[in-house]
Order: sequence, then C-alpha cells, then structure tokens
Amino acid sequence: MSGVKGAAGQDLRHDSAIKQVMGRADYTDDIALPEGALHAYLGLAQIAAGRIVSMDLSAVEAAPGVIGVLTAKDVPGVNDVSPTGRHDEPLLAEDRVEFHGQALFAVVAETRDAARRAAELAKVDYAPEAHVTDVAEALAADYPHVTEPLTLRRGDAAAAMADAPKRIKGQMRVGGQDHMYLEGHIALAIPGEDETVEVWASTQHPSEAQHMVAHVLGVPSNAVVVQVRRMGGGFGGKESQMNLFCAVAAMAAKKWGAAVKIRPDRDQDMIATGKRPDRDQDMIATGKRHDFLVDYEVGFDETGRILAVDGEFAARCGWSSDLSGPVTDRALFHADNAYYYPAAELRSRPMKTNTVSNTAFRGFGGPQGVIAAERMVEEIAYALGRDPLDIRKANFYGVHGDVTPYHQTVEDNIMPRVVEELEASADYQARRAAVLAHNAKGGVTRKGIALTPVKFGISFTATWFNQAGALVHVYNDGSIMLNHGGTEMGQGLNTKMAQVVADAFQVDVDKVRITKTTTEKVPNTSATAASSGSDLNGMAALDACAQIKARLVSWATEAWGVGEEAVRFAENQVHVGDEVLPFAEFIKQAYMARVHLSAAGFYKTPKIHWDRETGQGRPFYYFAYGAALAEVTIDTLTGEYEVDRVDVLHDVGRSLNPVLDKGQVEGAFVQGMGWLTTEELWWDDEGRLRTHAPSTYKIPLASDMPKEFNVRLADWSENAERTIKRSKAVGEPPFMLGISVFEALSMAVASVGDYRECPRLDAPATPECVLMAVERLRG
Amino acid sequence: MTRPPLRTHIRFRLNEREVMREAVAASDTLLDFLRLEQRLTGSKEGCAEGDCGACTVLVGRLVGDALVYEPVNACIRFLASLDGCHVVTVEHLRGPEGALHPVQQAMVDHHGSQCGFCTPGIVMALYGLWMRVPHPTRREVEVALQGNLCRCTGYRPIIDAAMSIEAAGEDFLAAERDTVTAELMTWRDGARVEVARDGSRAVLPGDVDDLAACLEAEPEARVIAGATDVGLWVTKHLRALPVAVFVGHLEGLKQIEDGAEAIRIGAGVTYSEAEGAMGAALPHLAPYFERIAGWQVRNMGTIGGNIANGSPIGDMPPVLIALGATITLRKGAARREIALEDFFVDYGKQDRAPGEFVEAITVPKPGGFHAAYKVSKRRDEDISTVAAGIHVAVEGGKITAARIAYGGMAAVPKRAAAAEAILIGAPFGAAAFEAAAEAVAEDFAPLTDMRASAEYRMRVAQNLLRRFWIEQGADGEVAA
Repeated sequence: MSGVKGAAGQDLRHDSAIKQVMGRADYTDDIALPEGALHAYLGLAQIAAGRIVSMDLSAVEAAPGVIGVLTAKDVPGVNDVSPTGRHDEPLLAEDRVEFHGQALFAVVAETRDAARRAAELAKVDYAPEAHVTDVAEALAADYPHVTEPLTLRRGDAAAAMADAPKRIKGQMRVGGQDHMYLEGHIALAIPGEDETVEVWASTQHPSEAQHMVAHVLGVPSNAVVVQVRRMGGGFGGKESQMNLFCAVAAMAAKKWGAAVKIRPDRDQDMIATGKRPDRDQDMIATGKRHDFLVDYEVGFDETGRILAVDGEFAARCGWSSDLSGPVTDRALFHADNAYYYPAAELRSRPMKTNTVSNTAFRGFGGPQGVIAAERMVEEIAYALGRDPLDIRKANFYGVHGDVTPYHQTVEDNIMPRVVEELEASADYQARRAAVLAHNAKGGVTRKGIALTPVKFGISFTATWFNQAGALVHVYNDGSIMLNHGGTEMGQGLNTKMAQVVADAFQVDVDKVRITKTTTEKVPNTSATAASSGSDLNGMAALDACAQIKARLVSWATEAWGVGEEAVRFAENQVHVGDEVLPFAEFIKQAYMARVHLSAAGFYKTPKIHWDRETGQGRPFYYFAYGAALAEVTIDTLTGEYEVDRVDVLHDVGRSLNPVLDKGQVEGAFVQGMGWLTTEELWWDDEGRLRTHAPSTYKIPLASDMPKEFNVRLADWSENAERTIKRSKAVGEPPFMLGISVFEALSMAVASVGDYRECPRLDAPATPECVLMAVERLRG
Repeated sequence: MTRPPLRTHIRFRLNEREVMREAVAASDTLLDFLRLEQRLTGSKEGCAEGDCGACTVLVGRLVGDALVYEPVNACIRFLASLDGCHVVTVEHLRGPEGALHPVQQAMVDHHGSQCGFCTPGIVMALYGLWMRVPHPTRREVEVALQGNLCRCTGYRPIIDAAMSIEAAGEDFLAAERDTVTAELMTWRDGARVEVARDGSRAVLPGDVDDLAACLEAEPEARVIAGATDVGLWVTKHLRALPVAVFVGHLEGLKQIEDGAEAIRIGAGVTYSEAEGAMGAALPHLAPYFERIAGWQVRNMGTIGGNIANGSPIGDMPPVLIALGATITLRKGAARREIALEDFFVDYGKQDRAPGEFVEAITVPKPGGFHAAYKVSKRRDEDISTVAAGIHVAVEGGKITAARIAYGGMAAVPKRAAAAEAILIGAPFGAAAFEAAAEAVAEDFAPLTDMRASAEYRMRVAQNLLRRFWIEQGADGEVAA
C-alpha cells in the first residue's frame, strides 16, 4: 500500500472539481479576448445536394459590423480538412453542395451577433439535384462507398450456413446519435509573428487540428500551436469535427491580423425564407454516430449453438469519409461481441449519403456491431423458446473456440465469470420468473428483463496511432509538471496521469501539476479517443518518470557511494542508504549536482498488428469486459416506459482510480441507454435534420436514470497485459451495457405475443417504436 | 386612470451590488449581460433555448413583501425584466469563512462533475431546491433537475449529492435576506419603466391599467410574460423586438381567486405559482404540472403566455378546454370573456384584437371524472406528442357531459367533437369509450413530424380514452 496521497489505485476526485462547482473552471469560451478580437460565423448550404450556380455575398459584406467574408477562394493552402488525407472534405464548398448544412462561407465581424445576422444575408443560387439521406435509399440508389469496405472471413460461412439445422435472416436499423456535449464547438485563433498562429480549441485531437490548420494555411506544422485546457464533453465529437472551426478561425486571424473566435450556435433560424427555426449549426454542421442498416443471417442448432453468421453492415457515412473507414471496420470487429462464430463472413458498406459526415462517437462503430450480435442471440432464443441468457452462455468464447472473425485469439477471457457473478448478485433467475409472472397477468403494463454482456477490443485499429508522448519536469523545489498528449474532457485523465506520476516519484499527488494540453510540449499525439487516454499517456508519463528517476538513482549511488538498491523513493521521501531526505531536499541537491530533471517519455503499444487486406491480425492489445442486467416496464397503451432497475458489473482491470472509473461506467451506461431509447435523429424530405437541439433531440434526464442503479467494478480483475498498473481502458466499453435496456424493452413487447416472436425492435426504441411493435405483435 | 410616473432606467441587484442601466434593448439577454459585459463566465451557454440549464441563475423577487428566489434560464431571460430583482450567479455562492457552499461541497464529495460544463447550472438549481427543501426525496430532486442536462455522469452522483447536502451555519442569502428585501422594497416605486437601445425598446408598465394603456397606444408591441417562447425568437430566430411590453412583474396579473365554482388565474401567474392552487382545486392537474417543461421554465412561463402564444402544442390549453375554461380579454377598460377553445382560430391566428391582451383565465370545477394526459418522446422536459384533457359527467349510469380536448393533433388545441357525441348519453362503460376512441379518427388528421408519426399520434389519442376508462371506470361504475 502506497503511503502517498492520491497514488495510483486510490479514489481521488477530479482535479477540477472545486473549480467546476464554483464556476471558475475556464473553457475556451471563457478566455478573455485580446483587444480588437473579431468573431466568425459560418454560412451554411440550404439544399441537400446540387451545384452552386452563384453566391452573392455583397449584402453579407455590407452588413453592420462586418469586416469581411471567407470563401473557398480565400484558402491560402489546401481547401481540405479530411482527417485521413483522402482529400474529400473541402473546408468551404467550392461548386458543389453535398448536404444540407455544408459550410459555404464564413463571415467575420466585430461581434458574434453581427456575424450571425450577416450570415443570413447571403444570396445563393443552387441547381438542386436528387439527394439521399437514408442508408437504405443509398443502397437502392447505388450510391458509392465513401471509403473502401472491409470483409472479415473465417471458415466457410456459406457452407456452414447451408449445413446449419436452423437459420434466421433478418434486418435491423440502428439509429445514429448526436454527441450533445454541453459545450459546443469553439475555436479562438490568435495570430503571431511571421506565419505563426496560436489556436485555442475544444478538441480531443490537438495534433490533428494543428496539422489541419497548417495544411489549410499552407504553412509548416511548426507555425501552428493548438492548445486546450479542458473540454465541456467530447465523446468523439471533437476528434475531427473541430478542424473546420480551427481552420476558419486561423484563416481569418491571419487575414485580418486579429484574434478571431468562432462558436457555432446550437440553433439558427432562416429569416430569409421565413421558415420555422430548424437549424442548429453545431448539430447540423458536425458529424454524429453512424446509423446502420444491418442484414444478418445466423445458422444454429437446436441447442442454440451458433454455427455460422453472415452480416452486412451498411452505414450512413454522410458526404465524406471522415473516420467512416475505421468506424465501419470496428463495427465488424465487434459483430461477434463475446461469442464464438465457427464460421463467419462480415462485410461493411460505408455508404455515402447527403447528410453531415458521420464521425467518431464513444464506441466508434463497436456498439452497432455488438447490438447486431445481441439481436442474433435474441432471434435464436425466441426461435427456440429459451432465455436469451442461456443462448449467450452457450456461445461465449471459450466454450467452443477462441478465435475471432479477424483471427485474433481471445486470450484474456473473463466473460463467463463476469456474467455468472452478475447473474447471482442481481438475482437474475428469480427476477426473470417474477417478470414472467407479471406479464402472465396480461395487464396494460408489461415488464422485461435482460442480461447482456460486452467484450470490447482496446487499441486504435490504425496501429500507428497507438503511440504517445509525455513531458515531465521536476523543478528544483521538488514540484512536478506533467504534460502529456491526452486531453481532458471530463473523464479525469489528468487526475489519473497525476496519480501515475505521484506514484512513480512517491510524492503526494498535489505536488504534480497538469495544465493545458499543447502541441508545443508534446508533438504528433494521437486523439484522446478509443478509450486509450490512460493506457497510452500513462505509460509515456511513466517512461518519463523512469528516465528522471534513473538519473537521480545514478547520481545518488555515486554521491552517497551506495548500490542502486539502496536508493528508494517512498512516502514523500528518498531513502539513500541509511539517510532519509525529504523529496524536495533530495531534488534540490540533485539540481545542485547538475542532474537533468526533465524527460520526454514515449510509449508504443506492443504486440499489435493488423493487415486490412487479409482481414487478419491482432488489432487489439486486450479486451475489456462487462455485463448489465436491466429491468423495465412498458405501457402498452402509449409505448412509454420506465427503467426500474439496472445492475452492472464492469471490468476495468486494476483501477487507477475506482471512483472516476465508476463515474465513467455510469455515465456511459446512461448515454448508451439514451442512444437506444429517446435519442432520435430525424431528417425531413428536404434533407434537413429536424432534431437539432435539446428542444427536439432528447438525451436522458435525471428522471430517466434507472430507479435503482447498482454499478460495481470487478475488483478482482487485472489486465493480463502489462498496461499502466494493469488497468484497463474504461471510456467506451460500458457504453454498450445500455443494450440491456433495449433488449429488456424487447422482451416486454414480446410478452404481448406470448414470446413466440422476436419483436425485432429498431433502435432507438422510442415510445412510438415500442407501441407500434406492441400493436404489430398483437396482430 | 392616473398615469404612473416614468422611470428611464432599470435597476436590480447583481450578487452583492446594485446595477443601473438606461441603454437596454428589449432583446438584451441576462446571459449576454453576465458573460460578455460583466465577465461573469461561470454561467455557461449550452443551448440558448432554455433546455439544458447550464446558464441557470437564481432570481430573487418580491412576492407581496416576501423575497422569493427561483432558478431561471439566463439565456432566455431578458435583462429588462429583471428590474427590481436580485440576480444571484454561481460566482456569488459561498459557504462560511471561505469554504465551499454546502451544495458545492456535496457535488464535490459525490463526484457530481465530470466535464463540468453543466455543473454551475446544476449547482444553482440544487441550491434553489435546497433553499426550499433541505432534505429532498429522490423524486423532488428529479423534478428540480428536469431543466438541467448532464451528458457525462448519468446523474447518479448528482442525485446522491442533492440528497445529502449538509447545512453549515446560516446560509449567506438567508443572512442578507432582510437587507436585500429592504433594498428591493425601496425600489418598488410603481413607475412605468422605459429603456431602449439600438431601436429596441422595453416597456414595463406600472400596473395592469397602465399595461392596458400601453397596448392601446402601441398595439403592435410584443407582450412578454415569461419569455420562454419569445426568448427563443431572439436567441434562435434573431428576430428584432422593436417594442416589447413586459408583464411578468405585474402583481395585478398574478392573482389567484379560488372560488366554490371556479378558480380564476391571472394571466401572469407562472406554472410554478399556479401548480399549488390549481393542483389543490383540480387534483388531476397536480401531476400534470410536473410534466410541463423544466423547473427553470416553470418559474418563468405563465399560464396566460401559454394560451396567448397560440401554439398547437401548448401544454395547458387541452386540459383547460376540457374543464370548460374561459378567458378574459381586455382592451383599454373594455373586457370580454370567451370560451378558451374559441380563442384558437387557426394555426398562428387567435381571436385577439390589436391592443387586446389576455388578463385572466377562469377554470370551472365541474364534478365528475377528469384526466390530464401528456405523452412525449422523453417523459420530462419535452414537448407534447399528444396532450389530452378529458372530462366526463355521469348521472344514473349514463354519461351526461363529455369534453375531450387534444393538443398535438391539429393546427390548434381542439375538441374531439365526434368522440364527445358518442359518449354523451351512452352508458358509462367500456363500450362507450371503445366507440369514442374509434371516433377520434373522424375528429383529427394529425401530422407526421420529428416528434412522432401521424399514425402514432392517432393511436395514442385513441388509447388515452381507453386509459381513461381503465383508470376511472371501476370507481365510475360504483359511483354510477
């Protein structure tokens, strides 16, 4: 047991908690603006697809307070912000519109209000063309893929399917999801000397923003600094989507030699057309979770054992590729969830649509794969008249095999233990019997109960992203500064990283300071994404600490004439032979002896490799596991429902900070539940997103939280791989636990048809979706 | 009628000091004033439409001689409407001797913040709750937080925090209550207030008679009560407000008279103010109030405003129409009373003459059976997919009167004439309600939009009549 305050493994509050409750934690919009700062605002396309015949911005430029406008022609470098370098995402539209809400121009004015008003005055003539917003329509219209599809193949799926005693074919629609981070996108660019510019932004990926701004400005990356202190939520929505705002602000700042801030509104009216307000610039102009249309066929035997799976995963990618390649890949990687498929063929269809380009969102395609696997389990259970949990247990990895459809062997499987523990601790069997008994009474309210597992692969599937840097300075008063490449969006990454450093030097955590993330301190970082923040940056920070400690030990052995084993860091002190020095005193002496007290640490994840051509490899370093048990009640007259109770058991390995990890699990669960229940993206016939702001797009409220909500971490678990303190990633995996609510709703619906038929709910299961399914099953 | 004196500035207390302003546009919002002018950046702009609560502040105002603090959304609260009030922002919150306030401390202790962007607003809403209910139930916390979104935590730690706030000595606002009350009292001069900036003028009449005079003189003026609708015209539609007449401060529009036969509600009574009296007079409405918006909006929005704006999806009109409510319209000294359903002529068109305003709503208390239903995509703080008010009177086992009104089913809140006709005279039984449910299809042709399909709306509207029978039938048969 460590004797220092806040060492790794201890419960420690978020390092900004006190500032946050006082309203003194500053976000990008709270930064005091430099003298003469200007404000930019985007003008967006008003059609879903077509050609721009002419764009007359004279009224915009003449509006009060306007300094000028920027169009594609004003881009000094390359008019492209495609994060994967596919060159398919112009910053500002050139001659074509690909979705309703695409950025056409930016107006820069003395105030934000003036810029917003002026942006409404553009006169744009379009030659509209037919558009497609829906995945099924895109498939029917033979729309192109935005990026190369992937196929995963193991065994002969067609032959195994043909031989299977039973087969079920089905289709499932899975809706997208808006991030609805409470803080919207924002960037503040401050021009510097020569070609330099400094950008403050709400970004999960400062390095990408840096490179993208440089690309758009036509300057080298060393001319651009991007920094972020904290975000008001990210969830993947600020991994590539801030490029647009950073680039526009930087362009304007350089052009007019003034600081420029850009903050899209949650909503914006179309005064010119006199229509109802239906525009939310943040929600309309930035990407979301991909909607999927999944066609599945599963072959199985009378015992419920899966023999073959064929799945086609078509995604609404939007107008450009953005991150749709890796997102749709990850859907396939998780189409097995926790189950062994003896033979499988899984294909992705990253479809172009005339909608905003969809992007990263917690789980990154994984949830859409997992929910398809769980649908197939449900299908088998209803077909055989069995409890879906029995089907799950019969197919877990380890029962009949351990190799995934991408040919990675599952080596760290703890799924059966997690599920068995939850089944017992949450009293699943008795509660399921009670639910069945309630439903047998045949009343207006019906209940459902479901226990669903999740297994989630950890690592970026783009192997090169699995690297991180950190910079540690020990100042000569013994205080420590850490900079790492990760960003703080509420998950408590900085808190955990400080704990790692405190643990390494054996000093109280309040001796360690972490401030903003900046590309000046740590270069070429990866996005804080894929749940990797602690895994990658923690190891990099540890490496930096190890380097400094090695120098300190080397110096001490020489200075005191002792062996290396005689130098020990413990409890804010350093033991050197028989002598015990306070840490600060030890550091002071080291400084006087000219020991280098700063180090850049580095880490790259070992063991992983992935060959996309063959669909084989080891894309994941390890897996995280969890399970949730949900019980719900539905109202068969209106389709409304309540989540009565949820029990969760989740694996975070040996937790770096249990209380923060529990917060991640709870928050992810509720967000996952929202995705599958009330969060609905709805486009009208003109291709406009009409659920565009919290008034129309409904994320869970406090009153939607399960009436009883018991979340436990599997405290016995430790990572089989040598991760930071044997912990596991926690950001994304518990998101998929929300599927338990979806399946419990399904069971409640199935009760009206006496469980003879799988209700095949589409997601989200809004009250409307539930009622319509009830009516359908009643026949 | 004597004209009240004229004052050309607003004055209010912001945290610990007095603010006086002459150059104020009707469309200036409190949040912009706080963030841009005062650099009080603790209140955040999350949605600018009163839905997320990140900008929640407390507004204290005199009710009679008592100082009452309520959480409101600064984003859609117009600055001019704060004349005579005390605005308390998160920056002002504090505990004894430099410590955190107990509400803040509980949020820290329970790990109630992650990204922290919603946190100041949640702290302020919980502070507003704690002032009234130091030891709330979980349900009370949920209701108090209906207007606050958090995307990170899943709310569990926030609810736990709210339920375990420990007082630490006298609260700072309680300690200064007498001083602040006295200050606000001295400012209460009964004057008409007029302030303006950049072609946008705000008028705060001195009393209801003065309001009538203002509107007669300037019939094109926009009347603003709670601003929970008009606020969005400004923040979202960027619409201009050349002249706005604010009425939220008028005591004369805040009277509630609970008589034997009917309850009369002044048009300026907020949902929060109406909830207690109307819920007591008409118990079926009590749970319905909790389904209307979030707490911040209920503290601002008024019953009169919900009617006067003519929305087809307002929550109050269907349930009031079912009760046979009438409204008093006033122009100058002239008043007329009409049935509420007759006020709604068509989409965007009401029976209101220029210069005329809704002064009061009279809600009868008919005997018989009542229900008020609201169905929405998300249970709380959502706009109705379908709302319904149902009233049925039964004598000798027969239905003698039926009034059924729906919102969300047509361009205006509307009665279900065919369904009512089937019920009246029929035996009070399942068959009558089944037939009435079928007849709803003749009464309405609802729309498909982002909230629901036409098919779902129709099915729900029908099922709510079936629900009415299931819920009330057994008692009804006994009563009959």
